[in-house]
Amino acid sequence: MRRVRAEVLNAKRVGAYHSITIVAPEVAERVRPGQFVSVAMPQGRTFLLRRHFSIHQASRRGGWAGTLEFVFDPRGRGSSWLAEVKAHQFLDVIGPLGTAFAYPAKLSTCLLVSEGHGSAPMYFLGQELRARGKRVDMLVGAETEELVFKPIEGKRLAQTIVIATEDGSLGEAGGVTDLLGQVVEATGAQVIYAAAGRKTLQRISEFCAERQIPSQVAVEEEMACGYGLCFSCTVPVIRKDGSGYDNLRACIDGPVFNPARILWDRWIGEEQRMIGTPPEGFPVATTWPG
Amino acid sequence: MKPHLGVDLNGLRFTQPVLSASGCLATGHDVPDLVDVRRLGGVVTRSLTFGASKGWATPRASETSSGLITAVGYQNPGVMAFIEEDLPGLREAEVPVVASVAGGSLGEYVNVASSLHLKPGVVALEVCVSCPDDEREGQPFYVRPERLTEVVGAVARLSRVPVFAKLPPLLPGLVETAQACVRAGAFGLTLIDQVPALAVDPHRLRTRTATPVGGLSGPAIKPLALAAVYQVARALPNVPVMGVGGIATAEDAIEFLLAGAWAVQVGTALLVDPSVHVDIAQGILAYLREKGFASPGELRGRVRVLDAGNGSP
Repeated sequence: MRRVRAEVLNAKRVGAYHSITIVAPEVAERVRPGQFVSVAMPQGRTFLLRRHFSIHQASRRGGWAGTLEFVFDPRGRGSSWLAEVKAHQFLDVIGPLGTAFAYPAKLSTCLLVSEGHGSAPMYFLGQELRARGKRVDMLVGAETEELVFKPIEGKRLAQTIVIATEDGSLGEAGGVTDLLGQVVEATGAQVIYAAAGRKTLQRISEFCAERQIPSQVAVEEEMACGYGLCFSCTVPVIRKDGSGYDNLRACIDGPVFNPARILWDRWIGEEQRMIGTPPEGFPVATTWPG
Repeated sequence: MKPHLGVDLNGLRFTQPVLSASGCLATGHDVPDLVDVRRLGGVVTRSLTFGASKGWATPRASETSSGLITAVGYQNPGVMAFIEEDLPGLREAEVPVVASVAGGSLGEYVNVASSLHLKPGVVALEVCVSCPDDEREGQPFYVRPERLTEVVGAVARLSRVPVFAKLPPLLPGLVETAQACVRAGAFGLTLIDQVPALAVDPHRLRTRTATPVGGLSGPAIKPLALAAVYQVARALPNVPVMGVGGIATAEDAIEFLLAGAWAVQVGTALLVDPSVHVDIAQGILAYLREKGFASPGELRGRVRVLDAGNGSP
């Protein structure tokens, strides 16, 4: 990982999201799908922590060589500041951080499942898989049509794409896990990659375990530092030798994990015990610190 | 005159006045290259329990105005694993190690401190007294002054290296507690530990950390820390005090030295800027040069006050 002072090349809205492209050749050359960058907030503000974003694009060749793009939901103290950043400003960026998705050696049909802005890294992954001669299908979900990330680009990239919205405003009505079975049947998926919230990932993990489909998931965890110092973003993961579990840091041991090794009930249970059900009409923020 | 950055805490010497605070530098073997450990005056370790500790449930952190609330729950590999897997790398980096001693019982503190006995590279111990006391329904050790000094005294009696007691600021009698720690055998004090704090999410009607009350750190607690350092350093001018709490710039660090600290620690700032300690040290050096001081020690307690009060309101 490197820390660089990166110039903003382009900042724009993409549907409900915001996208920033930075010039960071040292990072762009190394980064792989699933990894993320950490961006410092301006000094003198009341929000201190860096914000962490998975990579949507990294260009190594052509006119955009040495650039990378990340996408975020601009609601929140830090991300709303970042949404105001203009081209030619500089950002304090650390990356690439975290583990990346592994590419299958033999299996060739890959299904990429994502929710909300969890879709951002999936386009990067899809391109890398395509470049390795794999078939890529996508299952993209969001609450509403507006929150579906780049559906047009998905149609270009994937062999097939199924879109699901909670309110049925675009594509199928429902969540990605409701459609997973039929999409796997239709595509003959041999490998599943997923990026979403804890509960969706748990259901995908259970599905993959049942069908014995190899899978990898990228968790969306709350990280304070993002580079391994603070132990705030841990995930309970069973040891390789099966002798118990460790609370591993999502920032350096993840965010990509083998879902079969995550202790889902412990992990989700922790969250559920404290959350309860929010009353109807209360918006639920999904990014953190936001 | 060319100033230097070395500090001497009654014989305990650091080449730089800036150490990393407990819990803010991974475990040891896993410190990322981003953090140049060699440029730290010393490393205060994560608080070490006797056996490995998995820590508390997530979410464990919440950003708050000018601060960070954490409730990690002492996740650490245990003192023996630390000695085997983390200490060698820190020794190789030639950075002095201050081991933070934690425990759920007096016996555990003693076992952790004994395990660290004469371990090369460990130049001092820091006793964390915010841990839940198993024998007192999980209340922190610091809640009862006699319990606090019992723990500090037990560690101090068996340690061959200097022992610092790390105190939270909101004790009914901070100065008296600090004095009691010194009487019990503490070599010095680390001021301050995190402040109990809560963050609530009104949209989800829940607390923002799974363990409701965590510890506040970052610039939000700097004035509390400065007051604690000032009051204790006034009362105990010959006892080394390490100042910690919200230090993010050289100016912050200098304020602590002027208020009476002998050295400082940075914690939360390292989570945001992995080379903050280097910038702080350089800034202190520039300040010394500009003001004509020879070393950080010359700044100690130089803050001028308008009256000769005892620092209490």
